[in-house]
Amino acid sequence: MGSSARLYLAIARGSFRRYSTYRAATLAGVFTNTVFGFILAYTFLALWRARPGLGGYDTSQAVTYIWVSQSLLITVAVWGGGFQDDVQERFRTGDIAVDLYRPVDFLGWWLAADLGRAGFQLLARGLAPITAGAIAFHARMPHSPLTWPVFLLSVLLAVLVSFGLRYLVSLSGFWLHDSDGVRAVMLVVAMFFSGMLLPLGLFPDGLRQAAQVLPWAALIQVPTDIFLERSTGSALLAGLGFQLAWAVVLLALGRAAQLLATRKVVVQGG
Amino acid sequence: MALIELEDVARTFTIRAKVGRLRRERREVRAVDGLSFTVEAGECVGYIGPNGAGKSTTIKMLTGILVPSAGRLRVAGVDPARERTRLARRIGVVFGQRTTLWWDLPLRDSYDLARRIYRIPDARYRANLDRCVELLELGPLLDTPVRQLSLGQRMRGDLAAALLHDPQVLYLDEPTIGLDVVSKVRVREFLREINTVAGTTVLLTTHDLTDIEQLCGRVMVIDHGRMVYDGGLDGLHATGRSERTLVVDLAGPSAPIEVPGARVVKVDGARQWLAFPAEDSAAPIVAAVAAGYPLLDLSVREPAIEDVIARMYAKVPIG
Ligand SMILES: Nc1ncnc2c1ncn2[C@@H]1O[C@H](COP(=O)(O)OP(=O)(O)OP(=O)(O)O)[C@@H](O)[C@H]1O
Ligand SMILES: [Mg+2]
Repeated sequence: MGSSARLYLAIARGSFRRYSTYRAATLAGVFTNTVFGFILAYTFLALWRARPGLGGYDTSQAVTYIWVSQSLLITVAVWGGGFQDDVQERFRTGDIAVDLYRPVDFLGWWLAADLGRAGFQLLARGLAPITAGAIAFHARMPHSPLTWPVFLLSVLLAVLVSFGLRYLVSLSGFWLHDSDGVRAVMLVVAMFFSGMLLPLGLFPDGLRQAAQVLPWAALIQVPTDIFLERSTGSALLAGLGFQLAWAVVLLALGRAAQLLATRKVVVQGG
Repeated sequence: MALIELEDVARTFTIRAKVGRLRRERREVRAVDGLSFTVEAGECVGYIGPNGAGKSTTIKMLTGILVPSAGRLRVAGVDPARERTRLARRIGVVFGQRTTLWWDLPLRDSYDLARRIYRIPDARYRANLDRCVELLELGPLLDTPVRQLSLGQRMRGDLAAALLHDPQVLYLDEPTIGLDVVSKVRVREFLREINTVAGTTVLLTTHDLTDIEQLCGRVMVIDHGRMVYDGGLDGLHATGRSERTLVVDLAGPSAPIEVPGARVVKVDGARQWLAFPAEDSAAPIVAAVAAGYPLLDLSVREPAIEDVIARMYAKVPIG
């Protein structure tokens, strides 16, 4: 294994361990996700009883949609957070300057940390809601065993897209002094366009098509449809390709923004 | 070849300040203004100056996280801003008010990470870590999360983190800030050890002159971004036009004493304080006082280094 790979692995492992120390927060989070899962699942049940087959989802798929999205919510950080909080804190204290003289790529560092976080949260925050859904609502589990690894791949891509978006928001701190405002806007946009509240297929014409090509669809909508085995064959590949394309674009943008930000600090003095 | 070389280095910042309600004004601040000096390998140099003198700015340029606006700067033969990453493997940096440690994880994890970052060979890593742990008494702290460390403990932790990769130069920006006397002593002992035994070149800024007196053979004083003194600690007195003080106790209260070569700076009842140039002899002044006044007792006070430097800061014209 290369020495860079070992470094990033160490960062990811440390980050995983760090999140595992926040036991109380994790328990509270699991509880909240599960309660919200129940509330939303009952809402969806009522809705689908009134309008069966809405958006092409049968009732069991609709309920499962809720439980899968509740399981993914924190892992793909729809609401922001994770490394963003750290970067923001480092901006506030000025520690961000010392990060620059370490011979480590800034993006690589935070990406590794975020993957470690996502890994922990997938296990700690993801398993309970989906299990609750399976037991209490007979949530629809994948029929094909192959769906599981593909789903996990899709979750990984979702985390990359989410990281790309959050990285850009964080770097805006180099210019805006404080990325809180941008972050608040992004939170609302992400909640709406990720499909977390409502599957994007239920959006009215126009808005639906837009939502389906925006990067946020990669966070919840695409992996959930894969879990529900709604996307199979070429649709499945299209979904993964869509995620991959956004991940590549956003990470490239992040890298470019990082170059500009570094230059700004080095030349203008922050 | 000198390890650190600065030739006429300058750094200006543009500040946009609000004037009135709408107008914004651009103002230039010359943080560093034509600085030239060299530091040889193995030296321990104290870098002092009043607040805003340009010390931190200089250190940032030396690490490569800030480019100079003008002048030439070399550290270990390379241009820091151009080859920041390459240079980072050869220098260590500690900012007293910043930390590179992993906040929520045990100290040990940050060291393990440093080992990956700097690709430190296993044997060397273990030897260096053992040495730092011993000298800085970090043993009981290794498994404590950094956020639970006191300021002094964290500072020791940061010092070790900056030295695991055997840097040639160590820059310290106020390493003893906020530390109690005991922690300061321990940090100084450690720095002396790595400078004299390991031969690491040390450049440190501080507002605590005891740091300098105990560690540095050489001191550089800057003010308004310009060098006002560069040399040994003793030479400061001559340059700083420092004064000694003659304290005399007379038989009773009297008008301020008038003798050639000294002036009264303070009167308190029967006791008077007379200042005279440090390089002058006290004997003729004492003789003159004894001849003209009812002298009971006297003592001579050497100038405090703080006063010398305070006078030096005050002397530099503003602008
Ligand atoms: N990023 C920046 N933007 C604008 N001005 C700056 C910046 N950094 C430093 N300055 C200005 O440059 C001057 C020198 O600052 P510097 O931090 O180098 O001083 P210092 O000697 O380290 O002071 P202190 O003892 O207070 O730490 C100050 O007037 C400061 O306001
Ligand atoms: Mg400073």
